[in-house]
Amino acid sequence: MTAAERYLTLNSRDLRLELEDLYAAYTACLDEERFEEWPAFFVEQCTYKIVPRENFERGLPLATWLCESKGYLLDRVTAIRKTAVYAPRYMRRMVSGLRVLGWRADVLEVRANYVALETLQDEFTRVFNTGQYRDKLVVEEGRLKFLEKLCIFDSLLVPNSLIYPL
Amino acid sequence: MGARHVWPKEGISRIPYWIYSDPEIYAREQERIFCGPNWSYVALEAEIPHAGDFKRTFIGEKPVVVVRDTEGSINIVENRCAHRGVQFCQKHLGNAAEFMCPYHQWTYDLKGNLIGVPFRRGVKKQGGMPADFDPRNHGLRKLSVARRHGVIFASFASNLQSLEEYFGPSMLPLFDRVFDGRQLRVLGYSRQLIPANWKLMFENIKDPYHASLLHVFLVSFGLFRADQPSKVQMDATGRHGALISWRGDQRKTEDNADMKSLIDDFKLQDAKLLEPVREFAEYTVVMTTLWPNLIIQQQSNTLAMRQLVTRGPAAFELAWTYFGYAEDDEEMTRRRLRQANLMGPAGFVSIDDSEVMKFSQAGVGPYPGAAGVMEMGGRDWKDEQHMVTESVIRAFYAYYRQVMEI
Repeated sequence: MTAAERYLTLNSRDLRLELEDLYAAYTACLDEERFEEWPAFFVEQCTYKIVPRENFERGLPLATWLCESKGYLLDRVTAIRKTAVYAPRYMRRMVSGLRVLGWRADVLEVRANYVALETLQDEFTRVFNTGQYRDKLVVEEGRLKFLEKLCIFDSLLVPNSLIYPL
Repeated sequence: MGARHVWPKEGISRIPYWIYSDPEIYAREQERIFCGPNWSYVALEAEIPHAGDFKRTFIGEKPVVVVRDTEGSINIVENRCAHRGVQFCQKHLGNAAEFMCPYHQWTYDLKGNLIGVPFRRGVKKQGGMPADFDPRNHGLRKLSVARRHGVIFASFASNLQSLEEYFGPSMLPLFDRVFDGRQLRVLGYSRQLIPANWKLMFENIKDPYHASLLHVFLVSFGLFRADQPSKVQMDATGRHGALISWRGDQRKTEDNADMKSLIDDFKLQDAKLLEPVREFAEYTVVMTTLWPNLIIQQQSNTLAMRQLVTRGPAAFELAWTYFGYAEDDEEMTRRRLRQANLMGPAGFVSIDDSEVMKFSQAGVGPYPGAAGVMEMGGRDWKDEQHMVTESVIRAFYAYYRQVMEI
């Protein structure tokens, strides 16, 4: 049985456990600022977008952050590490309410709520951004990877700058 | 103004830091600048194309509503019920047949006229408004409106000069370059709250000196650099300004050796992000600042209005409306959306600005008695054929001082 077939035949509880592990690994990677490892959660021809909920609901195409391939993700990592000027900060991401919508052919659709907490050096921790992940996953190299990850955020008024991925 | 409000004797080559944090100055700005005889940007017509479409926005910190009525006219009214002051409109955008204040259900038509007062004649012959109460005297306060090629401006003052005179002959062609009468298409919104005085945003976009130094991304890809052909241009008053440049190559040369931030071998993993096509005549980048609340961004193919909404002396909201043209094909729209990655709250370039503006406020706020030095390119202000100048900021403050009488 191929890895893809194995995932397709997992019962719903085992599939959920796989996804919980994946999302925990994803947020740990970002929370621990191992940004160089972040693109590996995606397939080569992926889409990653952070979109204000008002744009999403009105059908307006503008994303606050748009990546159309793994190359774009790498360019963002280069910006975080080498080009962008910003104050030091910690960010911690919480994912909950994971809903497995199911397979559509070989694409698995998942939704979840997320909260990103930001801590700046001279300020109390604040809710920086919250919203919903609308994700599509496929099996590649024997594991689930993001084909598409949409972060649709409620926090329309962004507190200053969005530097790290969600 | 108090004794502490004395501008340094050097004039506009100094910026006293009390202008960024003093509540008295802020209150005077609201009165003289945002409520003064100026045209403030409020909306694009493409945001409210149909009868009844409205947009809730702000001039300075004052809430207003921009609405298209059934005759197609644009009306701008204070977002404040004439009865008891409730901000009756709470949605960013919407469509309405009329506006009703939720508190006592006073109702207004799309021109702001009061058309309904519940229990006006009392209930069972008791109560009600006085017999001489005339609804015609109690409509929403209406603002002056000016439109040009799909862009809407408003003013709390009346009998203003025309928008064309207001922009002046040096800025009007730059405005018309992007707004040439073609139908616009709104691509979306971004909003950010920047913890800095609103004037720091204008300074930033009037300051080509920083662009070649702070923005490693911009510099490394040759999008805006001191060694490129460029110029700064102002109107006769100094209140409006534009930074203009043409795209150059990205080699390291003697001329740009001071730009430590230049990473010579910087290559994008995915070049799609920066594949601009020549769209406008002559210039690659034109960043226009229009007094008192608008930045028009034309950076290659990414077009946006950046509207400043003040939120006290130490914060402002930057409301971005990205747009293209109705006639754009799918590829052009995609190109605009990709290049939008440069700007906004997560912009490859503008992250640096919003962060640095916060650092500025953190430095100038606690030191109101100190002053900044602005002598790059001289101590006066005039148009220049290069970027190594703070001339446009000095022009802004020359005009600011006149208006504020400080």
